[in-house]
Amino acid sequence: MINPYQPYPVRIDNIDIATEDKSLKTFRFVFLNKEDEKKFAYEAGQFAELSIPGKGEIPIGIASSPVEKGFVTFTVNRAGLVTTHLHNMKAGDIMGIRGPLGNWYPWELLEGKNILIIGGGFAFTTLRSSIVYLLHPDNRSKFGNINVVYGARSPGMLLYRDELAEWEKRDDINMHITVDGTDDPDWKYNVGFVPTIVEQKAPPGNADSYAIICGPPIMIKFTQPVLEKLGYEHDHIIMSLENRMKCGIGMCGRCNIGKELVCKDGPVFTLAQLNKTPKEY
Amino acid sequence: MKVIKIDKTNWSEGLKNLRYSYKLTGPVKGEKFYNFKELDNGEVPDLKYSNTRLSAKSIVFPQSEVMLNYTIDESKDDHHIMKEIDTDYSPRALIGLRPCDAKALTLVKLNFDTTDYKDPYWLKAYEATTFVGLACDDPSSTCFCTTAGSGPYNEEGLDLLLIDVDDHYLAKVITEKGATLLESAGWKTEAGDISIIGTKKSDAEAKIISKIRTDKLKEKDTLEIHSAPFWEDVSFACLNCGTCTFVCPTCWCFDIQDEVHGNDGTRMRNWDSCMFPLFTLHTTGHNPRGEKIQRVRQRFMHKLKYFVDKYEKGIMCVGCGRCVRQCPINIDIRSICEKMNSYEPAM
Repeated sequence: MINPYQPYPVRIDNIDIATEDKSLKTFRFVFLNKEDEKKFAYEAGQFAELSIPGKGEIPIGIASSPVEKGFVTFTVNRAGLVTTHLHNMKAGDIMGIRGPLGNWYPWELLEGKNILIIGGGFAFTTLRSSIVYLLHPDNRSKFGNINVVYGARSPGMLLYRDELAEWEKRDDINMHITVDGTDDPDWKYNVGFVPTIVEQKAPPGNADSYAIICGPPIMIKFTQPVLEKLGYEHDHIIMSLENRMKCGIGMCGRCNIGKELVCKDGPVFTLAQLNKTPKEY
Repeated sequence: MKVIKIDKTNWSEGLKNLRYSYKLTGPVKGEKFYNFKELDNGEVPDLKYSNTRLSAKSIVFPQSEVMLNYTIDESKDDHHIMKEIDTDYSPRALIGLRPCDAKALTLVKLNFDTTDYKDPYWLKAYEATTFVGLACDDPSSTCFCTTAGSGPYNEEGLDLLLIDVDDHYLAKVITEKGATLLESAGWKTEAGDISIIGTKKSDAEAKIISKIRTDKLKEKDTLEIHSAPFWEDVSFACLNCGTCTFVCPTCWCFDIQDEVHGNDGTRMRNWDSCMFPLFTLHTTGHNPRGEKIQRVRQRFMHKLKYFVDKYEKGIMCVGCGRCVRQCPINIDIRSICEKMNSYEPAM
């Protein structure tokens, strides 16, 4: 019997400070046992439990992409006991990863469709995984137009700035980067909240287009009416939820929204699905 | 269907034989209450009880259980690597649980035995156990098993059912596991006339006059019941003490925690409760069920609606009545079930 609670041992391979306030760091892990990497085969949109012996576990979206091999990365906000400890760890330290967990963005369904990706703050991790997946030469031709609206408080709070700059230069993805405000005179992208930029820049919705949203509740709240106005149906609006979790495999009982478990039946749900569940997230 | 007659004079002799192949657990009277415990050598289960204070769930799902262990001593080659522990899953027999508790374990199994994941701790303990039920002839006033998917002579989840008939027990064989246990005990006298089982069963069922209605729960709209006005009243006096979840045979929620002593660490799980605010508290401070009304509603919605919809195996309650008897402020699942089953939103 496979023990789903036993993490794969990993070594921290590299740590990057991800935002100017140092509250987010990107951790790159390599598996101690090579064969575990294959067992950890994942899809963009899934998460894993980062497992620190002696401290506990924390569910975090996978920021690396299935098309990137040899490592997995997670961008982690320093917030509680486990993440604070993780922020104080160093390259070479040993810990565990349990997963991949949960469902993922519906890539098969999305083939041939236009995709609008909307992200805010540090909820851009699985969206980064998704964009890298979509832009991979093996995959790009399978999908229609790709538009990305990504916003943060300030330029220095945007995640993955080097990659954002590269994507800006490409003609097979339309980037709409924005910040709430900046005093940087050289800032050449948008200024304004995500919902406003979506309204101004996002393509209208139709039967062939889907929106994927991941961000803080306030951003989602104000983006939803904008998407409706643009013509995105509720079953074409795809969201990723988070809730307090322990087991990550649908057994410990705390992350449910109605009969759905965010850890196992989610974290990805369409707005149409969420409309039918109690708003306990 | 085979029925074996066990003279009570042969009872302790048979139990002695069983100890060669099984660890025995059974009900024992403590200072005030009956509870299940592992029986010492020579100790016999006390089968004169109505029901135990706590359910039998801890036999399969201990209140605290070590899952993994590790060392954080960096001089060791395997430091910070989590390893499976060696747990004893040798055959054990649970002697004398009530049919409601056995049925409850079949419902809990739906949670721990899924196509995607199997919980090895729960399943190995469940598989290692032979469940010897004790039919219930003297139910409590709070028992409502007959309308909660169980009954005083219900056989679901049992390997053997014992029926107490004056100077002997009749042991009804339900599974191969049950037959094996009888052989190990050396109980092999086949019963002659067993018509008394039917009579006793009807008598026992007739004594259970407390009933619930669950027939409309499935067709109700989740969001409508969720936003029903009665939750305010229902939850008003609740203390969120968690007694109901603690004593419930079908409550399975758990927490996972790390503990380190010196360099030796364990990851364990402990029973948890949807009644506690910490159960769902996000690190940001946001709490999806931060209010008492939300937590009380969650408990009943889970048992009487979400579970019903998810598995189509009825309600997540077997009518043992423990939560009704032990709730310090008398919240009664029977009346709440009726409110939910009969709820019609105002037009």
